[in-house]
Amino acid sequence: MLSMLRSMWEIFIHLFRKAETVQYPEEMPYLAPRYRGRIVLTRDPDGEERCVACNLCAAACPVDCIALQKDTREDGTWYPEFFRINFSRCIMCGLCEEACPTYAIQLTPDFEMCEYDRQNMVYEKEHLLINGVGKYPDYNFYRVSGLQTATKDKGEALNESAPIDTKSLMP
Amino acid sequence: MADVMVVLLAISILVGGITVAGVLVWWERRLLGFWQDRLGPNRIGPFGIGQLGADIIKLLFKDDWVPPFADRFVFVLAPTAIIASMMMGFAVVPFAPGVHIVDLNIGLLFFLGMSALAVYSVLLGGLASNNKYALLGGLRSASQMVSYEVFMGLSLMGVVMITGSFSLVDIVEAQKDVWFCFSQILGLFVFMIAGIAESHRLPFDLPEAEHELTAGFHTEYGGMKFAMFMLGEYLGLALISCMIVTLFFGGWMGPSIFGDWVPPFIWFSLKVILVINFFILLRAAIPRPRYDQLMDLGWKIMLPITLINLAVTGAVLLWMEEMV
Repeated sequence: MLSMLRSMWEIFIHLFRKAETVQYPEEMPYLAPRYRGRIVLTRDPDGEERCVACNLCAAACPVDCIALQKDTREDGTWYPEFFRINFSRCIMCGLCEEACPTYAIQLTPDFEMCEYDRQNMVYEKEHLLINGVGKYPDYNFYRVSGLQTATKDKGEALNESAPIDTKSLMP
Repeated sequence: MADVMVVLLAISILVGGITVAGVLVWWERRLLGFWQDRLGPNRIGPFGIGQLGADIIKLLFKDDWVPPFADRFVFVLAPTAIIASMMMGFAVVPFAPGVHIVDLNIGLLFFLGMSALAVYSVLLGGLASNNKYALLGGLRSASQMVSYEVFMGLSLMGVVMITGSFSLVDIVEAQKDVWFCFSQILGLFVFMIAGIAESHRLPFDLPEAEHELTAGFHTEYGGMKFAMFMLGEYLGLALISCMIVTLFFGGWMGPSIFGDWVPPFIWFSLKVILVINFFILLRAAIPRPRYDQLMDLGWKIMLPITLINLAVTGAVLLWMEEMV
């Protein structure tokens, strides 16, 4: 009986507390920098696409909402010919971002992507690609990877030592 | 002329009662929201009061479906019974001096009879639905209401003994000096609990108990028929609050220290609103008891308290008579 009176009092006191509610359309809730929202494709600092069309994101995606097709440039590097994310399937789990070896695919703190037509939830590459570097401002995949490209040879990448000469006995 | 006034009052109570019940739905949601550190419905209109209209429009546009396996006639009849009986109950409530539809000399018994009739609504609804959840809900509500009816009536007999009349106007006037909530504190306590159980609101909403009986007696109801059950529940809440104020808190009379510049009807409404808010607080704070706990509470605690209250009140009255 006493505990009932006590809980009634405790609940009554809550009348004078501030409500936790964030009144969304007027008031934006705080979204943390690493909030997992709308997916974007970023560019490296030179303005080139980061995506190398390795398909790891599509393989990691648990709901199979990512589809892409690899194509090759003249210098031998890969890029996605098309890159399609079906956001009506996407569950914003972020596994694609974790799988991506080049920091190309990133999730952003934005969730306002409602559409009246379901077909509009399918985003193509031109909708996904942004003119920015996203969360990793200095990262450029081709400058840190050992891959040989038209502009650099093996061993010339950042933090990379020259390849070992297997024919030599010198250390 | 007096007849016209009575008819006008009856119509205004009919319209006002339904409006109040509708507003109560919104107000309860709002208040529960505040008590749970959120805001409740506040989108439509000032303070979200338009939610009432939105709810009504939604319920009106719902399919008015009668399940093929139900007993059609009784199924349709059941929701009207609760509204009719609750509305009849309002006929004897004195809102202010002279402002009542009828001052029956058995007003209190009439109210008890009408609130007992409301059981039929739940019972018939549960039976006619031809659904096991509805049947169990109806069964529960029947036994709950029958057992709580016993001491609901008995708890008021102390008031009747002091007043010497069943007329609600006489009862209010007998509280001119001291409200009955002081001398009949046990009666008030029992009547309040029995009143909640009668209008089967939380924490005594065992007939509905959504976690075990889906929705109890109104499982098969939808649209406006469901809305009528809902309306009946809130009318019952308003009626019980009116009765508590009339019987224990001096009806239309304010505390004498405030003088008499506040109109009696304002006092009455103010007290009713306070009691209703208290009921909503009960809903917010008290968990629903188990069914056997409910029955234990009724027969093993409430009934003895009522009988003690009755015996003591009678003894004191006899003693005071002797003193004079």
